[in-house]
Amino acid sequence: MFESDRLLLSALILASISGIPGLFFNRRSLVAPWIAAMLMVTSGTVGLIGAVQCAAQCASGSDVMLVEYPLPLPDASFALSVDPLSAFFLAAIFLVSTLGSLYGLEYWKPTEHPDNARKLRLFYGLLTACLAIVVLAKNSVTFLFGWEGMAVSAFFLVATEDDRNDVRDAGWMYLAASHAGTLALFTMFALMYGATGHFDFLPLTSDQISPAFASTLFLLALGGFGLKAGLMPLHFWLPGAHAMAPSHVSAIMSGVLIKMGIYGLVRMTGLLPDPPLWWGSLVLALGTVSAVFGMVLALSQHDLKRLLAYSSIENIGIVAIGLGLALLGRSLHNPVWVILGLSGALLHVWNHCLFKSLLFLAAGTVIHATHTRKIDELGGMAKPMPWTAAAFLVGASSACGLPPFNGFVSEFLIYLGLFHTLGLPGEPALPAAAFAIPALALSGAAAIACFVKAYGIVFLGVPRKPLAHRPHDPHWPMRLPLVVLSVIAISLGILTASVAPRLNGICAKWSGLSWDASIAASTLGPLVPLGWALIGLLGSLLFVFCWLRWKISTHPYAEHDTWGCGYLAPTPRLQYTGTSLTQFLVSLFGWSIQPVEIRPRIRELFPVQAAYWSEVPEIVLDRVVSPVFDALARRLLWFRLIQQGSVQIYLLYIVAMLVVLFTVF
Amino acid sequence: MWSLVIQLLVLLVFPPLLVGLINCTKAVFAGRQGPPLLQPYYELWRLLHKGTVQSTTTTWLFRAGPVVALVTTSLAGLIIPLVQPEVYVSFPGDIILFVYLLALGRFALVLSSLDTGSPFEGMGVAREVTFACLAEPAMFMGLLALVKVSQSLEMVDLLTGKHAATWTVNGAPLLMIISSWFLLMLADSCRIPFDDPNTHLELTMVHEVIILDHSGPMLAMLHVAAAQKLFIPAAMLARLAITRDLGGGWIEGLVFLAVVLAVAVLVGIVESVLARLRMPVVPRVLTAAGVIAAFGLILQVTLP
Repeated sequence: MFESDRLLLSALILASISGIPGLFFNRRSLVAPWIAAMLMVTSGTVGLIGAVQCAAQCASGSDVMLVEYPLPLPDASFALSVDPLSAFFLAAIFLVSTLGSLYGLEYWKPTEHPDNARKLRLFYGLLTACLAIVVLAKNSVTFLFGWEGMAVSAFFLVATEDDRNDVRDAGWMYLAASHAGTLALFTMFALMYGATGHFDFLPLTSDQISPAFASTLFLLALGGFGLKAGLMPLHFWLPGAHAMAPSHVSAIMSGVLIKMGIYGLVRMTGLLPDPPLWWGSLVLALGTVSAVFGMVLALSQHDLKRLLAYSSIENIGIVAIGLGLALLGRSLHNPVWVILGLSGALLHVWNHCLFKSLLFLAAGTVIHATHTRKIDELGGMAKPMPWTAAAFLVGASSACGLPPFNGFVSEFLIYLGLFHTLGLPGEPALPAAAFAIPALALSGAAAIACFVKAYGIVFLGVPRKPLAHRPHDPHWPMRLPLVVLSVIAISLGILTASVAPRLNGICAKWSGLSWDASIAASTLGPLVPLGWALIGLLGSLLFVFCWLRWKISTHPYAEHDTWGCGYLAPTPRLQYTGTSLTQFLVSLFGWSIQPVEIRPRIRELFPVQAAYWSEVPEIVLDRVVSPVFDALARRLLWFRLIQQGSVQIYLLYIVAMLVVLFTVF
Repeated sequence: MWSLVIQLLVLLVFPPLLVGLINCTKAVFAGRQGPPLLQPYYELWRLLHKGTVQSTTTTWLFRAGPVVALVTTSLAGLIIPLVQPEVYVSFPGDIILFVYLLALGRFALVLSSLDTGSPFEGMGVAREVTFACLAEPAMFMGLLALVKVSQSLEMVDLLTGKHAATWTVNGAPLLMIISSWFLLMLADSCRIPFDDPNTHLELTMVHEVIILDHSGPMLAMLHVAAAQKLFIPAAMLARLAITRDLGGGWIEGLVFLAVVLAVAVLVGIVESVLARLRMPVVPRVLTAAGVIAAFGLILQVTLP
């Protein structure tokens, strides 16, 4: 009916203008958000259809060209095209942005936030469009356009409530970190242009660049994209930005925006020829560190959204482990590692996008209802908010990588790939890589601890502090995204066997290796019985649950208060808090995360009051980034001389610069 | 189909016997008369016919916990070769499903326990999730070494076919895995020295305090699940230890069950001669289990 390229272009345009009509309405107008949301929903639907059609079209091999517009720069054009990898990421972008804008209707009402609701909607649409441009870019110029647009609109979204100090700080840090990354990317693309003479994303060959040059490009890509992805130790900007942004912005940032770093890494490593063994090892090692310490830091947080943000770092680590494994497979020309590593990594990108946006949206619902993000002040939310609780539980189980949810299946593929590094018959061996498995297991178990804390303390038990209003589930605009994401999270877990083989084309193109269809089929073969096992699990759970209900209903049944050791006047404060729940585990990891603790010192026989408090600082930020930049700022104070603040002087600078340029060149 | 039914029956019916046997062993060591061997079965029967008392704080999750715990351990048990050397659920990578099924059971159980809002449950949960963080890497270390030994990713190949020839070549790594997994079994099934199933003080419990508020049929399900958590690792150890090809059939089944019961007696002896460790010491023992398995893995990888 419609050409798929037209569909994608119109989705892009619709998304980018979605916030504009609202600017002409009153700042408290209730119509404007609906216009924006409807535009975003249309854009998202059209975009999803377009992405699916394009994916089908380019499965045959050729990319779909969207637009090519020459720019007034030498060799540069604004060019967008779709290949299977872009289509894969596009689906995530349009899904989360659409659901997020629906969610925003109730979450960020103009009547409650008259000062910034219009700004939020404008940049939300722009961010969506820029994200799409990033993955559609056919050359590095277009890519950087989208990249900068994305960074800046995300900055305005993080700093939505710019009247608050902490929000401004988080926004500023995000902007600074983001631009440091962009600097690396500018250098990388400039070097590439120098070597090839064009800006297009075309595979480089080994006679175009030397191995050392290729490694330089790789390290720049790892720095620039790793910073955006939040790979440790470049993650320091991420928790603040995610926590301070409105929840549907956190959802798109954590679900989609940081994945652009992964997209960039996949794209760039796919262009570079003959990766040496240490590239894959480095990515694998960084991924392992992120996976373990991201989770350990997550479980020591007191702020629900910071906890989720650190868990994003863990998941980015898991994705990086998969990518590192795929790189190793490329170095050793082993298709099995490539298929399992890259398919696992890409599927985990999708899965993390689904469950993390689900978690952020569900957390936002709780925060909206209670006006606090502190885990230790919440409790018992599952009773008044059953829908939200169920959605958060689905997200949490999936984030722990538990069967039968989607997070499990992508982790399964990565685990399987890592097991293959032991050197099974007919394959090369690299047993050092297999040591990522126990690390992954540790991070998985820590994830369970973390989400037991997040769900158990926030939703179970009774409220730890009296609430001003009785919280309740949100209305449908806010509830629908939760339902949709939960349903996809469960069904994708079971249906992966039919999704994963479609990534074979991406893997083959990325690695430059070719393999028999039978190898791909046998490598991903275990997904079919796994799918049946998961269905069996769901079925037997349902059966036994029904049996238990029947059993309980046919026997005497009574309800009573929770047994409290015979204590006469139990109060909600007797409950375990999130801090106490993870204190043991945090102290086990104290050597690495350096928690600051205040312990009660009990001296007399009948101690009156005692308090325990612990806080985990962001070590990379506090011990490395801040001191270095503070020192730099002190050393470079004299540069302030040229910052005079009056326009005339700046004009003079420009004139002087022009004169210099004209005389020199 | 029949093999599936038999395996499920063994999984549901046999495990409580291990608990009974452990208690008998302990009684013999202590010079007491002790409860009868089949006492766990009487208890289950009684619980299944009792009513339920449930806390007013709880949600549907409280009931889901026992269900998930029982179903996941039973399904995980289907991956393990029990009385016969073949299994019903088997595919490359089922070892990962095995570990994560048990993790799902733990997740659901601790959440259902936190559902009561009781501080005691909080204590048990904090310990359970902490110990799991150290036990899971150790488990995977052992699996890795076994994958290297058997050159396969299917649990059934990992555990069966450890014949005399394998033992002469890979004896040292196998011994290390067995000793590491024995420790893990004690930790997972909450036995001494990690947890005392007979303690009467909530402050010192792990498993017992997690199931403190469950009653009636739910408690029965949890008891079966807990016994399975003892039976399944014991079965894995037994499979690793059987060094002869017994050719299937009832002789194989009997020998297997005898070895599993011997493991239970061993657990009983350990329980009789050791005291429960202080909580802060437990992580060290679990780390030691992980390190032993890691040595096994390194040894196996470097073997010619």
